Amino acid sequence: MGAIDPALLLAALVVAATPILLAALGELVVERAGVLNLGVEGMMITGAICGFAVAVNTGSPAIGFAAAAGGGAVLALLFALLTQLALANQVASGLALTLFGLGLSSLLGQGYVGIKPPSTPRLDLGPLSDIPFLGRVAFSHDLMVYLALALVAAVWAMLKYTRAGLILRAVGENHDAAHALGYRVVRVRVLAILFGGACAGLGGAYISLIRVPQWTEGMTAGAGWIALALVVFASWKAGRVLLGAWLFGGVTVLQLNLQAAGFAIPVEYLSMSPYLITILVLIIMSADKSRAPGSLGRIFHASQ
Amino acid sequence: MTQTLLSISDVTKAYPGVIANDAVSFDIREGEIHALLGENGAGKSTLVKMIYGLVKPDSGSMSLRGAPFAPASPSAARAAGVAMVFQHFSLFDALSVAENVALGMEHPPPMRALSARIREVSETYGLPLDPGRLTGDLSAGERQRVEIIRCLLQEPRLLIMDEPTSVLTPQEVKILFETLRRLASEGVAILYISHKLEEIRALCDHATILRQGRNVGTCTPRETPARAMAEMMVGSTFATPARTAHAPGDVALEVEGLSLPAPSAFGTALQSIGFTVRRGEILGIGGVAGNGQDELLAALSGEITTNAPTVRLHGAPAGHLGPAERRRHGLLTAPEERLGHAAAPDMTLTENALLTGADREGLLARGFVRWGAARAFADAVIARFDVRTPGPETAARALSGGNLQKFVIGREVLQRPEVFVVNQPTWGVDAAAAAAIRQALLDLAAEGTAILCISQDLDELMEISDRFAALNEGRLSPARPATGLSVEEIGLMMGGAHDMEVAHV
Amino acid sequence: MLMLEKRPQPSRIWTWATPPLAVLVTMIAGGALFAALGKDPVEAIATIFWKPLFGEFAFYYRPQLLIKAAPLILIATGLSLGFRAGVWNIGAEGQYILGALTGAGVGLALYPLDSAVVFPLMVIAGALGGWAWAMVPALLKVRFGTNEILVSLMLVYVAEQLLAAMALGPMRNPDGHGFPGSRNLRDYPSAHNAEIIEGTGMHWGVAAAVIAVTAAYVLLSRHILGFQIRLAGQAPRAARFSGVRPGRLVVVCLGTSGALAGLAGLFEVAGPAGQVSIDFNVGYGFTAIIVAFLGRLHPVGIALAGLLMALTYIGGEMAQSTLGLPAAAIQLFQGMLLFFLLAVDLLTNYRIRFRKKEAA
Repeated sequence: MGAIDPALLLAALVVAATPILLAALGELVVERAGVLNLGVEGMMITGAICGFAVAVNTGSPAIGFAAAAGGGAVLALLFALLTQLALANQVASGLALTLFGLGLSSLLGQGYVGIKPPSTPRLDLGPLSDIPFLGRVAFSHDLMVYLALALVAAVWAMLKYTRAGLILRAVGENHDAAHALGYRVVRVRVLAILFGGACAGLGGAYISLIRVPQWTEGMTAGAGWIALALVVFASWKAGRVLLGAWLFGGVTVLQLNLQAAGFAIPVEYLSMSPYLITILVLIIMSADKSRAPGSLGRIFHASQ
Repeated sequence: MTQTLLSISDVTKAYPGVIANDAVSFDIREGEIHALLGENGAGKSTLVKMIYGLVKPDSGSMSLRGAPFAPASPSAARAAGVAMVFQHFSLFDALSVAENVALGMEHPPPMRALSARIREVSETYGLPLDPGRLTGDLSAGERQRVEIIRCLLQEPRLLIMDEPTSVLTPQEVKILFETLRRLASEGVAILYISHKLEEIRALCDHATILRQGRNVGTCTPRETPARAMAEMMVGSTFATPARTAHAPGDVALEVEGLSLPAPSAFGTALQSIGFTVRRGEILGIGGVAGNGQDELLAALSGEITTNAPTVRLHGAPAGHLGPAERRRHGLLTAPEERLGHAAAPDMTLTENALLTGADREGLLARGFVRWGAARAFADAVIARFDVRTPGPETAARALSGGNLQKFVIGREVLQRPEVFVVNQPTWGVDAAAAAAIRQALLDLAAEGTAILCISQDLDELMEISDRFAALNEGRLSPARPATGLSVEEIGLMMGGAHDMEVAHV
Repeated sequence: MLMLEKRPQPSRIWTWATPPLAVLVTMIAGGALFAALGKDPVEAIATIFWKPLFGEFAFYYRPQLLIKAAPLILIATGLSLGFRAGVWNIGAEGQYILGALTGAGVGLALYPLDSAVVFPLMVIAGALGGWAWAMVPALLKVRFGTNEILVSLMLVYVAEQLLAAMALGPMRNPDGHGFPGSRNLRDYPSAHNAEIIEGTGMHWGVAAAVIAVTAAYVLLSRHILGFQIRLAGQAPRAARFSGVRPGRLVVVCLGTSGALAGLAGLFEVAGPAGQVSIDFNVGYGFTAIIVAFLGRLHPVGIALAGLLMALTYIGGEMAQSTLGLPAAAIQLFQGMLLFFLLAVDLLTNYRIRFRKKEAA
């Protein structure tokens, strides 16, 4: 245990938290609009391969991330078509999206196994990065880490202070009332779903381009599902998503470090821990009776 | 005063299977309170939705102050000066009052300024409101105030009110009428939708009467007898339910000290409710919506269980029993919400008959369903209660409100309940079906069933109850004999005017 | 303009016509996909759907059909009960693994006892293992109100790690020269899930699937519990009003689907797979979700859908070896099937009308 440097550990935590943070933030917006998209895992893995493939071919991680966001959004568009236009069950459609995304990604990723992607540079923050401890933990990351943090603030402010945020919340809370007042329920929801898909795609690409960085089939390994749990954990509040993401990032990093340190527990049992912690957190959070958005998961059809 | 504000001519709107509006024409003048009168399903809502831009007419036209008026959306209607207070479906429980108001405005000012405006306008009109409160925590009357304030802040020229009094006590109705008269005197035209004749006679200058989508006549309500309007509205007359005098028997249902925490985030807590119902007696429970009606029904049906002695059936504790056990002991219930609570929308009438009749009608054999018997039971309900449907294999949601309600009530009545609890037996039901349902309740009582009827329709309660009590914020008033109760007294039992006051001039 | 109009009641014709339609649309879209991969679409579709049944080597593939379909049908039948009741067990893969582990565990523990009770004991242990794994989300949901979707899914990842730990640790074959994986149960006659009739593929798992389908059919159409399951899924409030206890239903549905998934795992590990190995599971638990929906959550439909899905597995392998079609393409193909099914399902509840843009 003594071999683990706390500064490195915390820095690694921030990196490990970023993919689920991005995905959970997108899903938060989707659920606030009253839609339950269980396809996060599928959108993440699609984003992971789209970002990876494009980054490898163009040599630019930035274009890769843009492509990942696009890939996630395209997959989310399928979900939007199914649930908002064809009025299909959201749970089933989300599962379909995940199964489809897993298949699609492994097909797309055939030629990319074992390749190294172009590396994403760390942001040069000058003297800030040289602050002892804090510099290593907070000021020596790549741009995506800061972008994710900025996105948390943006989503929080958007939901709380803007008219668009108010309309989004209104649509998620009671779609019949929103419709009666003349708001375009389906349009708002489709946009939210696309945003969620783009965020999940970015989260996936962060795994394949920065965190790991390489492509393997099924490499998201449940991160999308953990992101879904995170939204519940956060009681649909943006700030708490960040807290939750750091918690899961911490657990992941810690167990990886314990694995590396050759701790006396078989690797498999350590690998279980993020999933078990997720379950534990869900149990603890069940005491919090914060309400889910009122129309979450319900099908909207403007009849008569 | 006499200039025409909105003119509707030959407006027609058809939905698959029904013509909701058939060449309807009438005018609303500025500063006028104009009643739109009609039964459920007469086409009032559709007409109003067209004026508010939610629905587009198939043919016909409208004009506002002489200019063609065809709002493509509610925001276009709002921009033209049309505002609407909905009967339901337009508030967001988890949002604050100010946010709810902002959502109904085209260009709301910043939240802080808006809150100040809300306070100011609500004080002026005697409708006090705290802009920071969550809407879900408000009473039904307060929720309506939110809607009215939302409209008033836009300084509308036409205010549409859809059945506004169904959620108010008699005293609150009076105050609302004062507000509306004041608005009219300021030049605002009001389109007032209702099926309550006495209200319209008290408030409105003109009335347009719709029946089956057609304009069947206009009248000046103050000069027209209620009976004549009723005949225009319904098309024929119905015998008022007949009551036979009979002495009540032993106590069948006894509730004592029933307290329940609110079952959901925006539900109502029940507080030491107590009453008794005797065999052959109808106890009417009035009260404005959202004062604990659903919770009381759930506690009596067994959907929420309590301490055993809180609810007693024929003296035996029953508070701990679930719905199925209570049915076995003769306590049957019919909840307010037909689709999704009393009946499963996508299931057939046969399956819905099984939903509550499984045990008492012997529809099971060692856990296996006797579908033939279930179908026969559904058939019996359909025949006995004149339910208009192609047959027992029809899905519940395909029935009209009145027919499904007859089925739901009939399903319980035919099981010969010893105690029958019903919530809003005739809500959203046409007059013919309502009369039939009330008669069925009276007949059931005459045969010795103890009946508890929860309703927001005071006329209905006065018509059928022997004794009357009122629910107000989860508390039940002591029950009093129904005959001889004045509207004033009933209003006070229902909580009076809460904190409303007459508009400041 | 395209208008959707809700039907007064679900269309009976479309209820049954949508799955075949979805299959057809998937074949077309799949053909386009295969064409995009540079394969002859007609040949690829024929290889997947026709050759295993009627081609030259059909005698080999037909038994395979039963072997692959049995676990899918077993799992999907259990899942369909929950899906109908609004209880979303999507962790069947984990319950499948646990059933295999506990079942095989009993068999390995009794090795080399030669007795007729070994296999029945393994069956019971397999069912119990799957059941117990499903009880975790069930009890957590009833007691704490946690979301069963997330918990059951998290337990899949836990189960996969457990499988790896077992294959490398306690269950590793002591005579295996250090290779990962357990003893091969096919070499232990008392524990072997052998074919009941030689050469047909008809092993005990197939028999169990037939029994499960029949039982589910009777339950759903004739028994009050089946009625309550349907009621709870369609109108939860009406179900409570009727007297259904939601918690009990959660336990029953998750428990049943867990036990059936556990059985499927046991029959697989003791038969076709033979041994506990790291990659013993191949995603039947997830594919069964597609099977359940494709079969319209109806037992007979599920039996047919299971056979069809088994066909895509076998045909897919065939296309892989003869045409060089990537395995992932088949996975994608299966995902597409569920997608199209959900989309065309619209026709069951809504009518599509073409209308001129309304006069404003």
